Amino acid sequence: MSAGPGHALLEEQIGQWRAYLRQRRAFNGPDVEELETHLRDQVGVLTQAGLAEDEAFLVAVKRMGSLDALSREFAREHSERLWKQLVIAPEGDAAPGTATRTETLVVFALAAAAALAIKIPVLFGLKPDGDAAFYARNASLFVLPFLTGYFVWKRRMDPRHCVWLAVPFIAAAAVVNTFPFTRRPQQVVSDTEALSAMHLPIALSLVVGIAYVRGRWFEGAGRMDFVRFSGELFIYYVLIALGGGVLTAFTMMMFQAIGLKPDWIAQDWLIPCGATGAVIVGSWLVEAKQSVIENMAPVLTRLFTPLFTTVLLVFLATMAWTGRPIDIQRNVLIAFDLLLALVVGLVLYSASARDPEAPPNLFDGLQLLLILSALVVDALALAAIASRISEFGFTPNRVAALGENLILLVNLAWSAWLFAAFLRGRTPFRALEAWQTAYLPVYSIWAALVVLLFPPLFGYA
Amino acid sequence: MDLGKDLVAASTTPLVLAILAEGESYGYAIIKRVSELSGGHVHWTDGMLYPVLHRLEHHGLVASKWRSSESGRRRKYYRLTNEGRTELETERKRWQIVDETLHRIWMKACRA
Repeated sequence: MSAGPGHALLEEQIGQWRAYLRQRRAFNGPDVEELETHLRDQVGVLTQAGLAEDEAFLVAVKRMGSLDALSREFAREHSERLWKQLVIAPEGDAAPGTATRTETLVVFALAAAAALAIKIPVLFGLKPDGDAAFYARNASLFVLPFLTGYFVWKRRMDPRHCVWLAVPFIAAAAVVNTFPFTRRPQQVVSDTEALSAMHLPIALSLVVGIAYVRGRWFEGAGRMDFVRFSGELFIYYVLIALGGGVLTAFTMMMFQAIGLKPDWIAQDWLIPCGATGAVIVGSWLVEAKQSVIENMAPVLTRLFTPLFTTVLLVFLATMAWTGRPIDIQRNVLIAFDLLLALVVGLVLYSASARDPEAPPNLFDGLQLLLILSALVVDALALAAIASRISEFGFTPNRVAALGENLILLVNLAWSAWLFAAFLRGRTPFRALEAWQTAYLPVYSIWAALVVLLFPPLFGYA
Repeated sequence: MDLGKDLVAASTTPLVLAILAEGESYGYAIIKRVSELSGGHVHWTDGMLYPVLHRLEHHGLVASKWRSSESGRRRKYYRLTNEGRTELETERKRWQIVDETLHRIWMKACRA
């Protein structure tokens, strides 16, 4: 066969045809190769019969048949290919096999290290049931340093430049374990101690985020990636936890069947070690599946945004209709904080999956409605509480809850403003995205303040 | 002469199995052989042979192997398995029944 310019053209045409085939999921690598060999055989025979190469190519492609029909036939034969599978080790082409194997080893080593770390205090006589306060305060310190380590390794950061990432962890460990928390009799954890335990993970997630985005923390896009990661990690974690629950149930059942009491296996080993290790393994799965599987968190927000909006509107209508005031119980403020946090989550995770260039649509209007109804509900709750706040007094829990309410309220109020402007075509959607990502550190900084300042301010009570 | 879609679909499996019974082969050669044997009457859309081959392989009637041919081109060769041979025998009997039945009717029609 001649190697003239015509031949180069043929190669280019075959290359395009091959690329076109590859785009279709019904064909895998070997199928494409098999069909290409056929095409080349056909072209070869036709050129020998006297056709020019480009003519031969056209005839050969025509004889191959319609790609749609062919793709349908292949899909019928290989229906499994239409389901995207999460394959950790890439198959065949350009296999960095050793790289993925190393990653698997690193991940499982880190997961095992986290799982063992939570058992180390036991060696010093700290029992999970007797010293619940210790474990509550330090829970995030058994997990997040390892997770940060994973991202330092994964993003190939120079460990010498990342030593400062360890500083917040060491400082946090020193602070929460040296504060002289004073518990009332029969109290397992003091109020400020419980607040520290709850807020420390939020404060330290900032460090994980910095490691995750590797120097892109000051770009909105980098932070948004971290938001996407956190949503998927949450979903994977819940799934792994469900599997862990089944494993625990079976362990109990089987050992009880032979007359043993295996409670300690579950309580001392399976649950704590599984809960810590699962964070690392879940993060690894999210990293691996990033480009393979659709993100689930935005799908859930799409599903639940209309439902929550309906519930809030019905709630407001019921309040207006019956005239029943909000009953001020001790924890009512926390409940409304959680409501606002949920709405912020719905807005944030929807924004994480939205094409910022797309024009306003019905769903954006729905989100504005969701935010507005949440703001009204929260305003009603705050008004009810404000009248009685002096009566209740400023306990640490109440101050923390009020602070959080304020932070979430500011976020949602400005988001509502941006949504309204976006729906009227005044601002691009990017403005809302930028606002949400810019606001992320506020949560962590507030949480850090609660951990660091609340215990001394409230006498460690 | 056009055989019609249904008849082409029904005859594909026995034809492929019968050709592979002659010895291992690959897609393009199978199509050429069918065209040759039928005097050009049996004509398949080239691509459609491959899903059929993959289905037969899935059912264990044929087995495949990638090999480089003399020309240096890598090809996927198919050969008949023992189950494939049994299946071919069954197919042959089925087609013989159809063939004989039609034959008898048409012989009668000729005599009449």
